[in-house]
Amino acid sequence: MSQGTLFDKVWDLHTVATLPSGQTQLFVGLHLIHEVTSPQAFAMLRERGLKVPFPQRTVATVDHIVPTQLQQRQRPFIDSLAEDMIVALEQSCQEFGIRFYNIGSGKQGIVHVIAPEQGLTQPGMTIACGDSHTSTHGAFGAISFGIGTSQVRDVLASQTLAMTKPKVRRVEVNGDLRPGVYAKDVVLHIIRKLGVKGGVGYAYEYAGTTFEAMSMEERMTVCNMSIEGGARCGYVNPDPITFDYLQGREFAPKGADWDAAVAWWTSVRSDADAEYDDVVVFDAADIEPTVTWGITPGQGIGVTETIPTVDELDEGDRSIAKEAYDYMQLAPGQAIAGTKVDVCFIGSCTNGRISDLREAAKVAQGRQVVEGITAFVVPGSESVKQAAEAEGLHEIFKAAGFEWREAGCSMCLAMNPDKLQGNQISASSSNRNFKGRQGSASGRTLLMSPAMVAAAAVTGTVTDVRELL
Amino acid sequence: MSEINSQVQRVSGTGLPLRGDDIDTDRIIPARFLRCVTFDGLGEYAFVDDRTQLNGEHPFDQAQYQGAKLLVVNRNFGCGSSREHAPQAIARWGIGAIVGESFAEIFFSNCVAIGIPCVTASHEDVLALQGAIEANPSASVSLDLVNLTAAIGDLTITVTMKEGPRQAFLSGMWDSCGQLVSQGEAVQATAGRLPYLAWA
Ligand code: SF4
Repeated sequence: MSQGTLFDKVWDLHTVATLPSGQTQLFVGLHLIHEVTSPQAFAMLRERGLKVPFPQRTVATVDHIVPTQLQQRQRPFIDSLAEDMIVALEQSCQEFGIRFYNIGSGKQGIVHVIAPEQGLTQPGMTIACGDSHTSTHGAFGAISFGIGTSQVRDVLASQTLAMTKPKVRRVEVNGDLRPGVYAKDVVLHIIRKLGVKGGVGYAYEYAGTTFEAMSMEERMTVCNMSIEGGARCGYVNPDPITFDYLQGREFAPKGADWDAAVAWWTSVRSDADAEYDDVVVFDAADIEPTVTWGITPGQGIGVTETIPTVDELDEGDRSIAKEAYDYMQLAPGQAIAGTKVDVCFIGSCTNGRISDLREAAKVAQGRQVVEGITAFVVPGSESVKQAAEAEGLHEIFKAAGFEWREAGCSMCLAMNPDKLQGNQISASSSNRNFKGRQGSASGRTLLMSPAMVAAAAVTGTVTDVRELL
Repeated sequence: MSEINSQVQRVSGTGLPLRGDDIDTDRIIPARFLRCVTFDGLGEYAFVDDRTQLNGEHPFDQAQYQGAKLLVVNRNFGCGSSREHAPQAIARWGIGAIVGESFAEIFFSNCVAIGIPCVTASHEDVLALQGAIEANPSASVSLDLVNLTAAIGDLTITVTMKEGPRQAFLSGMWDSCGQLVSQGEAVQATAGRLPYLAWA
């Protein structure tokens, strides 16, 4: 069992009790909610006559269903089901006294983008949200995990959760990333190597010089996709990069509290002699721009590689590979570079932050989206959009032929008007390439970094972004 | 306050083999069906895109598996999103327990939260169970959480489940909400020692 890790320290500090089942009752320091997984939880509260004891520890926004075209954001939404969902959230937040960042507030956006940018996400916290990509917040050295709707109810009603403590695996990556290789490639590489269920039962501690050198936004990209590797949460130990990011943000501690906070945040870091249940080590120099070719995020390869044949795969990966060749209409042995794409999507909680847009804009600048391709950029939040516009990124994208949209989840999961049509193939900076994920039951998704998506948009095919830098 | 707890020690009924690894929550319930404010009616949309594609040949549509209670799946079932809509859809279709090679974690805990036990068994045993159900779809499968077995006809396999959730089912305390709420004082005490609550 692990000892002396950040995970152990934060877990112990937040332990309320041991339940009769043997599970731990864990206090949740920050609870984030959105419109998809919370309405039924509020309904359960009302049914059982329960109150919300810590309403100030829950923050709400709306992201999944919101249209990303300005004219469609007028209320009521054209989609009456989407309208019902936002109304339900508005009413519940009002009834229970919960802060809600609504459309047009300047603070609306994808829940995993807005909480860090408002300074809500802080080291040493436990964070829960009815959304699997809650793992994102681990970038700050918080223990954060996705929960289901019944657990959202539990957190609302008690500010706690029943949890079983996972083991801790240290995932170490050392060295400098080569040019054209981004945080997204690092996490796709890790998932490729450890598998989509390799992390089941573990929390991932990302350590090593590669992560230490990363910005907070890059760390968020990595932690975000912990769940795609099967780990329910992932984290990076907080350091001066973390503190610099937080300082001055709305909910960050101020004045004397700030100094106390930095001291405490430093104290929750994993001890140098911490014990881990498992350790894996990668070399940053081995990581290439990575692209998925299949229907699970583990089916990734370097952009210069060919789609693996059945013989090249482990026994256990073969049946899903066959399913993937068929669904993706891609042949084993074929090079992934040169694969024609129809749609290019830059956005999502994985890669919808300002630094992602900057990297994509560098590739788009002075080039043109190939005719026939739909390319669009969806900032992760209203405030990312504002920052990007202040830098003129929107002009670069628009001049290159990209559409410039409003904040939301957009085509990451297509619960809103942004959807693939038929068997269109998309180059996407999001996190999931499951069958049907982007809104068409036969739609196909290739996951890659935002810079690689921009490269695909201006060349029409999967292209090694290093050729364009 | 109403509680909906009850002990779950055995689940029996006919079986439904659903073969395939890494069946994700987008396949169990596609995102467009998440546009709802209640889980009612989700049952008919379980696996809807896979079913449409297979045109009546999906196990959830095949006549011999209608009314099935025990779902038998392979590796990493329920991976992907945290949507409780996925187990809700499966449960509302009529499934009361799931046997599989492995489950994604959030899916597993969502199942616990709504009273659906998920147990694991070895690759060979799961294949044997799936084969036995296919050979005799009308036979009853019984899952026994006390002795940790699943049986159909002459075949009995060993299953496993983490002890915490297992005890929660056996004792009828799988719905943790009431227990959590009743710890109000201990929760306040924990809150009192968290430095960051004072900074906010
Ligand atoms: S951007 Fe995608 S993965 Fe992230 S919260 Fe939205 S739908 Fe989920």
